[in-house]
Amino acid sequence: MPIPDVGLSAASPRRDASHSEGRRSSTTLPDARGHFGPYGGRFVAETLMGPLEVLQEAYERHTRDPKFIAELNEELRHYVGRPSPLYHARRLSERYRGGQIYLKREDLNHTGAHKINNTVGQALLAQRMGKTRIIAETGAGQHGVAAATVAARLGLTCVVYMGARDIQRQSINVYRMKLLGAEVISVESGSKTLKDALNEAMRDWVTNVDDTFYIIGSVAGPHPYPAMVRDFQAVIGREARQQCLEQTGRLPEALVACVGGGSNALGLFYPFIGDANVAMYGVEAAGDGIETGHHAASLCAGRSGVLHGNRTYLLEDENGQILETHSIAAGLDYPGVGPEHAWLKDTGRVHYVAISDEEVLDAFHGLTLAEGIIPALESSHALAYAARLSPELGRDAMIVVNLSGRGDKDIQTVAAREGIHL
Amino acid sequence: MSRISTCFSELRKSHRKALIPFVTAGDPEPSCTVPLLHAMVGAGADMIELGVPFSDPMADGPAIQRSSERALRHGVSLRDVINMVRQFSEDDRKTPVILMGYLNPVEVMGYARFAKAARAAGVDGVLVVDLPPEEADELTHVLIKHHLDPVFLLAPTTNDMRLEAICRAARGFVYYVSLKGVTGSTRLDVVDVKLRLSHIRSKTQLPIGVGFGIKDAESAARIAAFSDAVIVGSALVERMGALAKRPDKIEGEVTTFLKGLRRAIDAA
Repeated sequence: MPIPDVGLSAASPRRDASHSEGRRSSTTLPDARGHFGPYGGRFVAETLMGPLEVLQEAYERHTRDPKFIAELNEELRHYVGRPSPLYHARRLSERYRGGQIYLKREDLNHTGAHKINNTVGQALLAQRMGKTRIIAETGAGQHGVAAATVAARLGLTCVVYMGARDIQRQSINVYRMKLLGAEVISVESGSKTLKDALNEAMRDWVTNVDDTFYIIGSVAGPHPYPAMVRDFQAVIGREARQQCLEQTGRLPEALVACVGGGSNALGLFYPFIGDANVAMYGVEAAGDGIETGHHAASLCAGRSGVLHGNRTYLLEDENGQILETHSIAAGLDYPGVGPEHAWLKDTGRVHYVAISDEEVLDAFHGLTLAEGIIPALESSHALAYAARLSPELGRDAMIVVNLSGRGDKDIQTVAAREGIHL
Repeated sequence: MSRISTCFSELRKSHRKALIPFVTAGDPEPSCTVPLLHAMVGAGADMIELGVPFSDPMADGPAIQRSSERALRHGVSLRDVINMVRQFSEDDRKTPVILMGYLNPVEVMGYARFAKAARAAGVDGVLVVDLPPEEADELTHVLIKHHLDPVFLLAPTTNDMRLEAICRAARGFVYYVSLKGVTGSTRLDVVDVKLRLSHIRSKTQLPIGVGFGIKDAESAARIAAFSDAVIVGSALVERMGALAKRPDKIEGEVTTFLKGLRRAIDAA
């Protein structure tokens, strides 16, 4: 069986779009200034404008370099463990009483989530740019761990910013980062969660911009981050597309992925955007329920605004102050979303839905018992929606769910929620 | 000519430099702000930079972040800030006021509604920290239409192409960020700032204010020697933060601090 391409396929998304038919115009976005329709852009203080231009130029130049691509592919294959399997979950499909569920096993990557696809790419770029120090923000800790991991691998200094509340919720990941040699800085400002960690990482970057590379973990932030992170994550969808064709001889009816900032979803969706018959579902965190106000569903319940360097859908109050969010999955606990998702929502190409904490726990247990795979609570959002969608599509339908991460990190959360003391 | 431009040209005639203090509106309590603005003018401020509190002040250091949080605890909105300016300008028709803040609250209010209300209240200039000229066309157009000066930042990392574009878009003055960092940093390099300013002057006739990292009378005097305005924020806001629980002491403390800066700037 041929192994699907890993890494950037000679990189440029524009070139990527050109060798497959029927691509929609959205695959050529963003425009030169980083806009996806009205979204995206570069909304930062003046001091960062120069460094962002330098980053964009370096990104475009190095990802055109076959040596860089070869090095990236080598890392993805032998260090990350790509390609990740596309697994036909037969017992889960039975349980859902509908279509055939295929899991894209990003949980099997080194460090246990899709995040490392992007940190490997950005860290190699940092090295090419001569930066010796990398910084990252993290919510659940998965991106922080992935950043600390590649920093150790490449011998770079690493500082991770994490909200004080998240540090309490995710103590094991904090310790993992420290073991990997990273310094974890507790962020005490604002709501003490992911959004505040991102603010603090930006402040660090603006102060240490000469020797520091900021590895953003999602398809958010100022241009070129949303496009760059998407391109590094698009390996998920390129592999999945090829694996579907190899295993079943056709493309799937539907793709399902969870959306916080949205990097695993966009990574899966992007190479399928031009495949008009493939439906796509982005699943947000409805928390206690959207009507309670305790949720993190910016696309389903927010409106357009500007935060963290880009224009996108946000959860905000009537005065434009950013709201605190809630989800059982720390990795989805973010009041914004990547600007390309905002655009894909407006154009109708992707359907965005939301799943409550309670349904998430059902899905978590469901996969664990049916297949012997413990999913991350983030990915369990996608599973929960696949369970709803599956009976509607019928037995012959093929549904690809992005299993973006493994659930080991969440075992304490689940136990606590169910009143079990470990 | 805007009041900001008039203020600078009068100062220039008398060979004086502008002192522009920054405070966050509503910090530590909404009732403090208007009397404080008058006290600052009494202590020698030529213009006022009034911060609009925001939940995610990405370009600000800890002192101004905390001032924003104190104000937001009282629910201070952009509309409230504009009302404070209205009250201030009822008794002071001369001192220009520049609003400084982040884009999202302005977006929510709507550009035109914001500009109209701000102008009617007596606001003279607007600096949106996270709105570089590349994204600013629409707001700049609306501000100018309502006779408000769009003020832009220049930084040590700004290249010549952008420097020229920013100077073309700006009115009133340009604000030079004196260091790579957030507000209140401690890395001020006066010699470097002086070099950059002479370069900027070769590109524009606009007055140049310098801010970020000016902590005391000494650094204010050194910067005033070659700039048109000295902007002091974090150092002032930090003093206010220390007195947040005794707001009656704030006016006195701020007055003493600003008078010291004023004397040092005038002697420079």
